[in-house]
Amino acid sequence: MPKEGLTLLLIECPYCGPRDEIEFRNGGQAHVPYPADPSALSDRDWAEYLFYRDNPRGRFAERWLHTAGCRKWFNAVRDTAIYEFAAVYPIDAPRPEAPADSRPGALHHSAEAPSGSHTGARPHSAEAPAPTSSSTPTGEGGNR
Amino acid sequence: MAQPLPEHPDFLWRNPEPKSSYDAVIIGAGGHGLATAYYLAKDHGLTNIAVLERGWLAGGNMARNTAIIRSNYLWDESAGIYEFALRLWEELPAELDYDFLFSQRGVLNLAHTLQEVRDGRRRVNANVLNGVDAEWLTPDQVKEACPIINTSTDLRYPVLGATYQARGGIAKHDHVAWALARRCDEMGVDLIQNCEVYDILTVGGDSEHPRGDGSRPVGDGSGGRVVGVETALGRISTGTVGMAVAGSSWDLAQRAGVRLPIQSRPLQALVSELFEPVHPIVVMSNHVHVYVSQAHKGELVMGAGVDGYNGFGQRGSFHVIEEQMAAAVELFPIFARAHVLRTWGGVVDVTLDASPIISPTPVEGLYVNCGWGTGGFKGTPAAGCTFAHTIATGQAHPLNAPFTLDRFETGHLIDEHGAAAVAH
Repeated sequence: MPKEGLTLLLIECPYCGPRDEIEFRNGGQAHVPYPADPSALSDRDWAEYLFYRDNPRGRFAERWLHTAGCRKWFNAVRDTAIYEFAAVYPIDAPRPEAPADSRPGALHHSAEAPSGSHTGARPHSAEAPAPTSSSTPTGEGGNR
Repeated sequence: MAQPLPEHPDFLWRNPEPKSSYDAVIIGAGGHGLATAYYLAKDHGLTNIAVLERGWLAGGNMARNTAIIRSNYLWDESAGIYEFALRLWEELPAELDYDFLFSQRGVLNLAHTLQEVRDGRRRVNANVLNGVDAEWLTPDQVKEACPIINTSTDLRYPVLGATYQARGGIAKHDHVAWALARRCDEMGVDLIQNCEVYDILTVGGDSEHPRGDGSRPVGDGSGGRVVGVETALGRISTGTVGMAVAGSSWDLAQRAGVRLPIQSRPLQALVSELFEPVHPIVVMSNHVHVYVSQAHKGELVMGAGVDGYNGFGQRGSFHVIEEQMAAAVELFPIFARAHVLRTWGGVVDVTLDASPIISPTPVEGLYVNCGWGTGGFKGTPAAGCTFAHTIATGQAHPLNAPFTLDRFETGHLIDEHGAAAVAH
């Protein structure tokens, strides 16, 4: 589990410990399994697999690669609004149960509308934890 | 002397209370939302409309971009829509009777490797075939166009040439928004600030969602239709909603059951203190990753690429700024003593093919304009014009027909990664 308050700048590799953000590459949404029966997929299903990913404001399970370190992939749950990591875990492990947040309200925090009356009602990612990881990263994150 | 800005204008629009219903509601009073309302009123006679804005008018990405305008994209579809935008930019100051300092000072896209030289020459040829002005410049010609560039051969990435679009340039983004807002207001459009949209209400179909409680509907929205929006200022009835909300697009659309192929990324920019005019042109370098112009007031305006992760914080990573400054000083040694005065970030909506989405959705009456990523400012008038057409007629305009959601299923992507002269 990362140290409290670890944000981008310092990322905790589960194998190497906390390292500078510049050593890592983001690999997009975690737990997107390769289709079990590719030949059965419709065009719509392929589009979903190739191009559609969750993009929540709040906690998001995503893959990271420790490019300039151990070169291993791992998963992390990170809050995309405040950039705080809630968990790091091995690539083949299920998404951990959400641990208690170190900051009140951080789960649905919105930088533009703090303490809005509706913030508690923000829909959350309906992603189901899946034990299989995708075999290859998508092109996402390679756009720099 | 640097050019003084126009006086800060008096109030250019009313601040009305929202009515209980409109013929159409545009979400997002940035450049694209305002341009959409403008063309809905001007071209389609639709004036009983409201533009709803969460914060203040043009305070999102419209206030956070580097104001670069160009149309030298590689693919035919992109050249079509961006060149259309550039032609509208050339008409708009007179049409809106507002000088928003559109300065066609020219745009250079530098090439630093042999492959970039080949790609640049190819893009110039493609541009010329599409009626977009473009030239290839040698390093000496680059030096002539922008004397402060370091074109010596001992750089790590020497300047091997550049594409040049003389009609490209910059505009004063705030004034663009205010010009559009004033004219929208004159035509009867209600511009409503501090009015966040919490929910898009739908009935029918597999994702009926009329409650406005923020719960996530199931299904993809097909068969449903829009009946209104739930906002910070109460419920507003409408059968037609156009979204122009950039980085918030995924989040808002899913509340109507519509899933978008959008990822939201931080994109940063920064300015220096004010200087006498030293930098006459817009210079972009994909390879060393910086783009620089000098604003009318005198500050150097610099941008770079997006951060590598999803983020809504309107700030990005410091190392991106560091790399961008290193690139700027290598290319422009004269900048070594300049200071970073202010940095900021926007939240841009990127697609996997780096091209926008201007499209109907599976929900009847819900239209999306998003996916412009890092290039939305230059597209403002074309986005507005084609999105207005799409909203008013229910059908894509020929210019945005290639840019609908269908392309992710048909596979007819418009892959501007790398092709578009700059990283996204």
